[in-house]
Amino acid sequence: MKGSIPEYKGVWTLGEQRGKEISSVSYELLAWGRGLADKLKTELSSVLVGHKISEENIQSLIHRGADKVYVVDHPLLEHFTPDGYGKVLKKLIEEYKPSIMIASATTIGRTVMPVLAAMIETGLTADCTGLDIEEGTGLLLQTRPAIGGNVMATIKTPEHRPQMATVRPKSKRPLPADNSRKGEVIKKEYPEDIYSSKVKFLEFVKDKTAEAPIQEADVVIAGGKGLKDGKNFKMLYKIAKLLDGAVGASRQAVDMGWIPYSHQVGLSGKTVSPRLYVAMGISGAVQHLAGMSSAETVVAINSDPDANIFKVSDFGIVGDLFDIAPVLISKLKEIKNQRK
Amino acid sequence: MKIAVLVKQVPATEKVKMDEKTGTMIRSGMEAEANPLDMYAVEEAVRVKEKLGEDTEITVISMGPPMAIDAIKDALSMGCDRGYLVSDSALAGADTLATAYTLSKTIQKLGGFDLIFTGERATDGETGQVGPSVGAQLDMPVLTYVSKIEELNGTHIRVRRAIEGGYEVVEAPLPSLISVVKEINEPRIPNLKGKIRAKRADIPTLTAKELELDTSRIGLEGSPTRVVKIFYPKLSRQTKIVSGKDPELAVEELLKFLEEKELI
Ligand SMILES: Cc1cc2nc3c(=O)[nH]c(=O)nc-3n(C[C@H](O)[C@H](O)[C@H](O)COP(=O)(O)OP(=O)(O)OC[C@H]3O[C@@H](n4cnc5c(N)ncnc54)[C@H](O)[C@@H]3O)c2cc1C
Ligand SMILES: Nc1ncnc2c1ncn2[C@@H]1O[C@H](COP(=O)(O)O)[C@@H](O)[C@H]1O
Repeated sequence: MKGSIPEYKGVWTLGEQRGKEISSVSYELLAWGRGLADKLKTELSSVLVGHKISEENIQSLIHRGADKVYVVDHPLLEHFTPDGYGKVLKKLIEEYKPSIMIASATTIGRTVMPVLAAMIETGLTADCTGLDIEEGTGLLLQTRPAIGGNVMATIKTPEHRPQMATVRPKSKRPLPADNSRKGEVIKKEYPEDIYSSKVKFLEFVKDKTAEAPIQEADVVIAGGKGLKDGKNFKMLYKIAKLLDGAVGASRQAVDMGWIPYSHQVGLSGKTVSPRLYVAMGISGAVQHLAGMSSAETVVAINSDPDANIFKVSDFGIVGDLFDIAPVLISKLKEIKNQRK
Repeated sequence: MKIAVLVKQVPATEKVKMDEKTGTMIRSGMEAEANPLDMYAVEEAVRVKEKLGEDTEITVISMGPPMAIDAIKDALSMGCDRGYLVSDSALAGADTLATAYTLSKTIQKLGGFDLIFTGERATDGETGQVGPSVGAQLDMPVLTYVSKIEELNGTHIRVRRAIEGGYEVVEAPLPSLISVVKEINEPRIPNLKGKIRAKRADIPTLTAKELELDTSRIGLEGSPTRVVKIFYPKLSRQTKIVSGKDPELAVEELLKFLEEKELI
């Protein structure tokens, strides 16, 4: 909505509940939101839409930083639908007028937010890696990679409210739970046509073939064209197993058919921000960096001393990965055995 | 069945060069291509047509500068029937809301479609917002992250959506908008006949006026978001480099480093 801006106050985050569980992105968003709300000296609220939402889940949002939680619970909202959830959020926004609304860039956030933004005619910035408040104006500064990770762009929504953004999962650590925090819970009900959707959910099928999704792993061991052959990914799986991590890959490795697309890290693959990212035989093209440069610690193993990947690494080994990896595997095994 | 595919022209990103001093894109001699992720949408539309038969028509729509006609031709060479370019200097600088408004008006003007395909996202803007926004502006069901069409008939579509941890199966009535992911298919290489047909195709250009667009909702002026700053990400870290000539030593050093960081 354009205009009448002073009426719009407060920071909202979209909580996500899948099945019975709140997903951790809900807490990450509250960590972002808390920082913004404190700067603006305003309230932080979380919205939870779904069915059979437990008191425990609601309170957990307060423990992680929310001052208020808006809850809309109805059987028709059990499964995510873009129009059903969109209409509910629109109703809430029209009634309570938040100035800022952020969601995680998950398949839910990336679907419902553009639908919602279109319904209320406001701006939406995708996939932010940084959010801040501008001095003086109090506007939301939304920073995201652009043009394939070559540059960063900061975007504002000066005249429309709410200012909406999705943020990358794992771009911030949740605040520790503070069980003494108290907050207000507002449960809302709407006529059924608000909940209803043209999209009918039929079933969810768990992907058993895919190991732990790489976006959620604390350690990612990634391989590129330097691995020379698909079977050499076995070494990476061994290292990943020893470090409780997952295996990632560059696009070249995926394009060669060495590993499925779900492992691809980068611009046209997944974004990861693990505590540790190990790049083996990856040159570090900007498109690859776009998916991993927010990792806490980056280790690169590459035979080319000028490889771009070293520029974003904390620790680099210039050498042949086929010499290094076996030694790394045996030493990690030793350490593991010692600690047993 | 009437099908529309939305295709965007993007810079061939591997070749994007930045001016180190000004932080702007060096556009001279920049190559452009059809958004690679949109080719999966085109392919899927063509497969639907092959399955349902000749009375299915595929229209390709692209909004962009005059040269974006090449992206439409790429789609036509794969088997789409006709294309429209939405091009007008008044549209320049549009953000996702303004782009989606323009595309949804175009879709209405062309008489509406039973099924609209989009790519998951464009590799330049990288938002993935235009598709869902078009769907919402046309009040259609929006099915994102589609990795498989399980069933399609004259009235309904049932698809798989690739989501975190697996996939879900959902169904929606037509007309619907679907955005597809890479897993859905393998786009074909156009054959010579297709290329010739695309070359000869008459691709009309539609302007803001012809589309009767609300001028307050298009282009930079009609965009709620504003880019206020462009800068380089700080890529450099405090890099410690060791030689791998002696693998034992290198790995020792690495493990020491990881231990200090409490990573192992
Ligand atoms: C629109 C677009 C989107 C893209 N999206 C992505 C994306 O999502 N993810 C992605 O990764 N890429 C993406 N790319 C591709 C990207 O530009 C690069 O082509 C790709 O990342 C390179 O993969 P690589 O590093 O494995 O291969 P290469 O660039 O070939 O690098 C291989 C590296 O291995 C090293 N090496 C070789 N042998 C050894 C050895 N024995 N020991 C140690 N090191 C060795 C070499 O020195 C080299 O640095 C995209 C490109 C475009 C145009
Ligand atoms: N200017 C455009 N012309 C045609 N289709 C577009 C345009 N912009 C975006 N799209 C479609 O919307 C999808 C998502 O684009 P984006 O939101 O820019 O990442 C693309 O894959 C295209 O299918």
